[in-house]
Amino acid sequence: MAEMDTSSGGHHKKGPGVKKAKKLSTRVDLTPMVDLGFLLITFFIFTTTMSQPTAMKLNLPKDTDKPEEQNKAKESGALTLLLGKNNGVYYYEGQLDPAGANFKSSTMKQVREVIMDKKRRTPEKDLVVVLKPGADATYKDVVDILDEMSINDIKRYALVDISAGEAQLVQVTESRGGVQ
Amino acid sequence: MARPKIARKSTSVDMTAMCDVAFLLLSFFILTTKFKPEEAVTVTTPSSVSSKVAPEKDMTLVSITKDGKVFLSLDNAEVKEEMARQMNAGRNQGLTEPQISKFTQASFFGSPLSQLGSFLQIPNDQLKGESLPGITVKDSSNNELVEWMRYVASAHAKTNTRMNLLLKGDNLAKYPQFKNVIDAFKKNEQFKFQMVTNPENVPEGTDLWKKFQRGEKVEE
Repeated sequence: MAEMDTSSGGHHKKGPGVKKAKKLSTRVDLTPMVDLGFLLITFFIFTTTMSQPTAMKLNLPKDTDKPEEQNKAKESGALTLLLGKNNGVYYYEGQLDPAGANFKSSTMKQVREVIMDKKRRTPEKDLVVVLKPGADATYKDVVDILDEMSINDIKRYALVDISAGEAQLVQVTESRGGVQ
Repeated sequence: MARPKIARKSTSVDMTAMCDVAFLLLSFFILTTKFKPEEAVTVTTPSSVSSKVAPEKDMTLVSITKDGKVFLSLDNAEVKEEMARQMNAGRNQGLTEPQISKFTQASFFGSPLSQLGSFLQIPNDQLKGESLPGITVKDSSNNELVEWMRYVASAHAKTNTRMNLLLKGDNLAKYPQFKNVIDAFKKNEQFKFQMVTNPENVPEGTDLWKKFQRGEKVEE
């Protein structure tokens, strides 16, 4: 898209022999410069990292063996979430029934309903969520469930080791449900 | 009969304005861009609703890769030098002066303590997380991260710098490895730490979402 030199056609008007100095256009063709500009813009857009990583805070409790220092949870307000394989979440309220009657299954996507339902039924000061990730749970599951705590605005929750009995129950439920 | 003269319009457009816009945007992107810092290992972080930006100064970053290897990186050279000296004094690590300077410059650490000397000999361009053994974190009895964290904490105390403990785990890392890392923190009385995540929107209709709608502040 070069600039057309339109002034060249007019020189014969002056008659033969009279030569006019060619008037050079002062306009510069900016197209290549624009091309270059946009090329660089695309480069910077693609290399830039717009979203900064965020951080989730986690305060750990001090490990203590003295029973008087341990936090007591009211049985009626306790909800225990067990994390298994493939985003599987298993839960029970209060104490685990020896026969596993109150042991229920859910998934990471549906667990919010369970937590919200429990929260609705329980007075706020009694509500405690106990999180027990199993050996097959991934880091993502743990972060997701901790995130779920902040999403549902749970004030008291604890990250606890899974007990052997619970781990077995999860395993049995998983194999029965065909979870690989 | 004279033919009606059709004015011949030039097909060229004035590019100046477009050029201005292009370079304005270009300078914006050049100034705001921030290249991804070189990372020891590739870790895909999970996402969370937390809106707090991860600290970038004086950080102590523990990474867990998807195959369970643990790496430690610090960005403060002063702290790292102090760490190297304390390791020499505390456990006869036997780092020589050139090794201490290598230690100070190292972007991350990922080897058992017994192989630290040879780890420091590896040239920078060959430091790739996949080929390194990582810090030995097997179980509670065989957990070298406890030692590492002890030196990190005492070096921070000595140099009077604030310690920002960050944990960056891969989506696929298993929980037991995560637990071992937390245990190492706990044993050194580091009860506060932050987990690096990607930002995510708060799902609608949840309690946190309602709180935001009311304009309440949420404590971090």
